[in-house]
Amino acid sequence: MSKILKCHPGIGDKTEGIVLCANDNFSARYDLDRIKGVFSRPQHKLFGKSYKNKILVLNESKGGVASAWMLYEMKIRDVVPKAILFNKANTILAQGAAHANLTMCDRFIDGDITSLLKTGDKVIVDPSEGYIEII
Amino acid sequence: MHLNDEEKSMLNGDFGKAKKWALEHQIKVGNFFSASKFVNVSQAHMMVDPESIGQAGVIFLEDLVNKGAKVSIPTITDPRGVDLNYYKPLGQTEEMAEIDRRTNKACISMGIIMTDTCVNYQTIMPPVYGEHVAYGDTGVVIYSNSVCGARSNFEGGPSALAAGLTGRTPDYGLHLDKNRLPTKRFCVKYQPKDLTDWGILGAIIGKQLGSYWEVPIVEALEVVPNSDEMKHLGAAMASYGSTPLFHLHNITPEAKNLKIEQFDNLDLIDINSSDFESLKSLFGRKGDKIDVVVFAAPQLSIVEMQKVASLSKDKSFKVPVIVCTSPQVYADSLRMGFIEKIENSGAKVLQGTCFYQQYAREIGEANGWKKLLSNSTKIVNILGGYGYTPALASMENCILGAVKGEIV
Repeated sequence: MSKILKCHPGIGDKTEGIVLCANDNFSARYDLDRIKGVFSRPQHKLFGKSYKNKILVLNESKGGVASAWMLYEMKIRDVVPKAILFNKANTILAQGAAHANLTMCDRFIDGDITSLLKTGDKVIVDPSEGYIEII
Repeated sequence: MHLNDEEKSMLNGDFGKAKKWALEHQIKVGNFFSASKFVNVSQAHMMVDPESIGQAGVIFLEDLVNKGAKVSIPTITDPRGVDLNYYKPLGQTEEMAEIDRRTNKACISMGIIMTDTCVNYQTIMPPVYGEHVAYGDTGVVIYSNSVCGARSNFEGGPSALAAGLTGRTPDYGLHLDKNRLPTKRFCVKYQPKDLTDWGILGAIIGKQLGSYWEVPIVEALEVVPNSDEMKHLGAAMASYGSTPLFHLHNITPEAKNLKIEQFDNLDLIDINSSDFESLKSLFGRKGDKIDVVVFAAPQLSIVEMQKVASLSKDKSFKVPVIVCTSPQVYADSLRMGFIEKIENSGAKVLQGTCFYQQYAREIGEANGWKKLLSNSTKIVNILGGYGYTPALASMENCILGAVKGEIV
């Protein structure tokens, strides 16, 4: 049986995919090997995991402004998550998603999205309507 | 979002395709953050280093140029990724340099001033109290908000460029009074002694905040930090916490308008010397071998350059030492003889770059650099993800470490 989780209206197109989830924060510059498409920061809970085509679910966005350009560059090379879901996005990641037309949502009504989802879940993300559906 | 007549015309394409793109981008961002309108900004500062933008970003910029893009307010740039006078010795490639050259050309065509600095608040035109700006570089934003009392969100490259083109930005986040009030209180029980200590204090606070939307007020500081100390405090806090604003009780301008009793409901978190030691312990131990020493992040001020020059006098470095500063400070340092003194010891001063923004992974691999020592609490936070084992020490001990080839 599917379950709906409501959030603030987001950015990008409706999409679906498999969740890669951790209660950790995110910066494209600090945490990723963007060429290989894996988390490269040894301290990150997703260290060594591939994020390509995943629905990436993390706590908050962190760190520097570089992520805004980087999301676009990752999207053009097609080594990019299908969507990113945060408890709270910072301005940079939202701006980067807007520029890259990458699906992004945050501010989930039911609580901590990193607890509500787990790696391997299959979900539909609808940013325009502001919800995700676990299927 | 409410649009005025001029904004409706921009969206309609009456001001050209470039401004139409810019306003559409800004509306997407504004809607995400529930902005009700735009606010005019007086300056934009764009991060546009080649590692971040890649080929895709350059093509995007060149396309904007072809659409007639011209900035409408003073728009300046963050550090570049390549010092075009010194890139091959670092192991940077022609391809990297070419992305940088094309970026420069596209930006200049749009009327952007290539300041190539993350210390524009020390060298170019510091914003003033209450001034709304659209700045990139987290260190620039946190300093401008906190020390100058200006108003800016973290504006990533595309958004800073959009603000430069339209002369406005969505009115959300740090542009609004309600988001500038303290949400956490910190009481400093150990007084910072040098630049690295100020960075460590920023890191300790940033780690506990962990969110763009938290604002700290720091109490019980017994000294007023100078501009370089504020720079390291803010840069580290923004790096570890994604924090865009801090208040120092009785010191920073907006804190002077706050009555601390209003925030009695917030827990007061003590910061002790043990917190400083705990943070330091994450980054290297005495006797660890080092491959490279870096002074950067943020770029060095003229005062820091003088100190590095003084400490380097009559020294001979066993490992490479890289010093990054702005083109403005470089010129003054050259005139004052600081560059010569630093480079006579075997170091290299780069202008207009910052180490972590210049293909740090690739130059590390090209030179066999893994163990990196710096006095920047910010840079040691970043470079772990780039394949380095970073270590932290004071400026003095970084110099001594470079002489000995190990952490002293």
